[in-house]
Amino acid sequence: MKTGISVFLAAFVALGASWCGFVLAPMLQLGGAKQTVVLQSTDNWPLQRTGDATLGLQIYRAYGCAACHTEQVRQTGAAFEITLNSLGVQKPADFIEFTKSLFVLPELAAYTNAIATGLNDWNGGLPKTLLTSTDKDIVTEMADRLKAVGVKSETRIVATGADIARGWGSRQSVAADYLYDQPVQLGGLRAGPDLANIGVRAPDANWQLAHLYAPKSVTPASTMPSFKFLFEVRPVGATPSPDALNLPKEFAAAAGYEVIPKPEAKQLAAYLLSLKANVPLYEAPFTPVMPPNK
Amino acid sequence: MNPTENKTSCDRELNDSLRVPLLALFGGAAVWLVVGLVLGLIAGIKFHAPEFLGGCPLMTYGRVAPAANDALLYGFCIPAALGVMLWIFARLSRNPLALPLVPVVAANLWHLGVFIGTVGILLGASTGHTWLEYPRAAAVILFAAFMLITVSAAATFGWRNEKSLYPSHWFLFAALLWFPWIYSTANLLLNSNQAPRGLVQPIIGWWFANNLVFVWLALAGVGIAFYFLPKITGRALASSGYALFGFLTLIFFGTWCGIPSGAPVPAWLPALSSVAAALTLVPLLAILIVTAKTVCGARVSCMGGSFCYIKFGMMSFIVSGILYVSAACPQYSRILDFTWFGAAQTQLQLLGFAAMIFFGAIYNILPQVMGRPLPLPKFAKAHFWLAIVGVLLFVVPLVIAGVVQGEKLADPSIAFADANSAALKFLRISTTGQLLVLLGAILFAANIFIMTIQWKLGIAKTVIAYLKSPLETASASASASLRRDQGEVES
Repeated sequence: MKTGISVFLAAFVALGASWCGFVLAPMLQLGGAKQTVVLQSTDNWPLQRTGDATLGLQIYRAYGCAACHTEQVRQTGAAFEITLNSLGVQKPADFIEFTKSLFVLPELAAYTNAIATGLNDWNGGLPKTLLTSTDKDIVTEMADRLKAVGVKSETRIVATGADIARGWGSRQSVAADYLYDQPVQLGGLRAGPDLANIGVRAPDANWQLAHLYAPKSVTPASTMPSFKFLFEVRPVGATPSPDALNLPKEFAAAAGYEVIPKPEAKQLAAYLLSLKANVPLYEAPFTPVMPPNK
Repeated sequence: MNPTENKTSCDRELNDSLRVPLLALFGGAAVWLVVGLVLGLIAGIKFHAPEFLGGCPLMTYGRVAPAANDALLYGFCIPAALGVMLWIFARLSRNPLALPLVPVVAANLWHLGVFIGTVGILLGASTGHTWLEYPRAAAVILFAAFMLITVSAAATFGWRNEKSLYPSHWFLFAALLWFPWIYSTANLLLNSNQAPRGLVQPIIGWWFANNLVFVWLALAGVGIAFYFLPKITGRALASSGYALFGFLTLIFFGTWCGIPSGAPVPAWLPALSSVAAALTLVPLLAILIVTAKTVCGARVSCMGGSFCYIKFGMMSFIVSGILYVSAACPQYSRILDFTWFGAAQTQLQLLGFAAMIFFGAIYNILPQVMGRPLPLPKFAKAHFWLAIVGVLLFVVPLVIAGVVQGEKLADPSIAFADANSAALKFLRISTTGQLLVLLGAILFAANIFIMTIQWKLGIAKTVIAYLKSPLETASASASASLRRDQGEVES
C-alpha cells in the first residue's frame, strides 16, 4: 500500500464485491418476483391490499410502528402431527389399551413415552393430538394402524418453533409475503408482539381501533402508548355515529361523548387487518385447520 | 507517525486554512450530538411512561427513536469524522487544506440536510428503512455535501508535500470512497419511485446499514486512532504489517456482514453473512494487536485527555465488534434477534467507539487549530468520566436486557408481556446512562461554543483596534500571531 491508487483499488474491489453479492445478486434473484400460488389450490398469493390498507401501510411507516413491532414469523422446522378425530366404536379406555399394544413395535420405541404421558390424563375429549414427529414414516405407519382398528385420524404438517407456539403464525414468513409492501418493514425489535398475522389473531376492526385508542382496554398488560390523536372525542349528535368505538367503561368517553376514529386510524386498522400470512406455500408448507378455499 | 514534524510557518498556514471549516463541522456536530441525545432520552423515557408526550404525534417512539439515532450518526459522527479527516490529511500532506471554502459550504449544507431529515422524520416523512430514514430532499443534500468534502480532501492529498502514505491514509481513503457509494446505492434503489419490490428492499437496507454503522465507522474511527495514538505516544505505529492486514481483512470480510441469520430471505444470504461475521474476528484481532502494541508502555499521563478517549474508544470498538459477530452466529441470533441486544451493540458502536475517538481527536485538534487552549479544560475531563460511566451504564444493562428478553421470548410458555417487563427493569438503569452521556455532551458543546465565541470576539477586537488606530495595526497583528504560536507550543 505504497500509493493512493493501490489503496483505492483494494477498497473498490472489496466494496464492489459485496455490492455485487448483496445488492446486485438479490435484485436478479428476487427483483422479478411475481405472485405465487397457494399450496394445493389455484389461489394467488399474496393478494393486493385494499385502498384503505395500502394507505394504512403509510400510516404504519409514518408513525414508525416498526420500531417496536416485527412482521416476521420464524420457525425452527416442521413436523407431522396425528390428531384423533373419532374413536369409532371404541371407548377411550380400550383405545389406550390398544396404543399400549403398539409400544412393542421397535420403530415406535422412541415415542412410547410421549404417547403414554399424553394419554395419561386424557378424559376422552376429541380432537386429541396423539403424536408429533419429524419422521414421516412413523406417522404414516401409526395412521395406517389406527385406520385398521376403525379410528379416524388426521395427519397434518405443522410448523414448529417459539413464534408458532405463541400463536403468532401457522408458518414462517417467506419472501413472497412482502411482495406488495412498499416499503417493506420487517422490524428489528420485539418491544411489542409480532404483527405478521395480527389480522388472523384479532380480525375485529373495533378491537384494533380500541387497541390503538387505549391499548390497555383490550390487553391490560400492554406497554404500548395510546394513539389518541388518531381519534376524535365529540358530543353524540342526534343519532350516535355508527363509527363510534365500543370501549369498556373505564376507557369510554364521558357521558354524552363518543370516540370516532379519524380516517388515519381506520386506514391503519385496515392495514393491520390485512396482515395475515395464513396460507401454505411451497416453501413454507403446513396443513391449514380450515382449508382456505372452503 | 511523524513525531519530528517540525513546527514551521507551514503550521500556521495549515491551521489558518482549517480553522473555519473545522469550526463549521464540529460546531454543528456538537449541536446534533446534544439534539440526538435529548431525542434518545425522550425515546428512552417512553418505555417507563408510555404516555410521556403521548398527545403529540410528532413525538411517538417510532419517530423519536430513529430521529435520535440518525442525529447521532449523520448529525454528529459523520461531520466530526470528516473534520478530523481533513485535519489529518492536511497534517500528513504537510500543506494547508486545499480549497478551504469548499468544506465550509459543505459543512453548512450537511447540517442543513440533517436538519431537514430530522424534521422530516418527526413529521412522518421517514422512508421506513432503518438508518436511511431521511427523506429524499435531505439525502440529496447530504450526498452533495459529502462529495464536496471529498473533493477538498482529495485535493489536499493530491497537492501534498509529504509523499509517504501512512496506515491512517488507507482507512480514511476507504471511508471517503465508502460513503458516497453505499449512500447513493441505497437511496437510488430504496428512496426512488421505482423501488425494487419485496424483500430486496430490506436486503439492500441491511447491506447499507452494515457498511455504514459497522464498516464506515470502523474505517473512520480506526483510521483516526491510528493517527493520534502514535502522535500522542510519540512513537511510530506498531507493526504496520498487522495494520495493513487488519485493513484489508476489514474491507474484504466486514462488508459481507449484516444479514440476520433468521431473515426470511434466500438461505445463501444469511449463511454467507454469518461466515463473513466469523471471519471479521480476524481484523478485530489485528487492530487490537496494533493498538495494544502502540499504547502499552507509553509514558503518557492520561487523566481524561485525548489519549484516554481514544484508548477507551478502541476498547469499545473491539467489544462492540465481538458483540456484532456473536449476534451473527445463528445459534445466538435465534435468541438475540429482535431484542435490545441489537440496540445495545449499535449504541456502543456509536457512543462508546466512534464518538469517543472523535471527542479525543477534537479535544486534541481544537486548541492547535484555534491557537488557544480549551476554555474549560475541567469540562473536558468531566466529560470523559461522564461519557465512560454513561456509556457503560447505557450499554451493559441493555446487553443483559437483550439476553434475558431473548431467552424468555424463546420459551413460549412465558407470556410475551413477562418477557417484555423483564427487559424493562434493565432499561431503567440504561436511561440513567443516557442522561449522563447527555450531560457530558453538553460540556463538550460548551467548550466548542465558548471557543468559537472567544475567537469571534478576538476577530471583532482586532477589527475594532484596526479601525480605531490604523497606525498600530502592525503590532496588533504581530501580537495576535504571537498568541497563536504560544497556544501551539502549549498544546
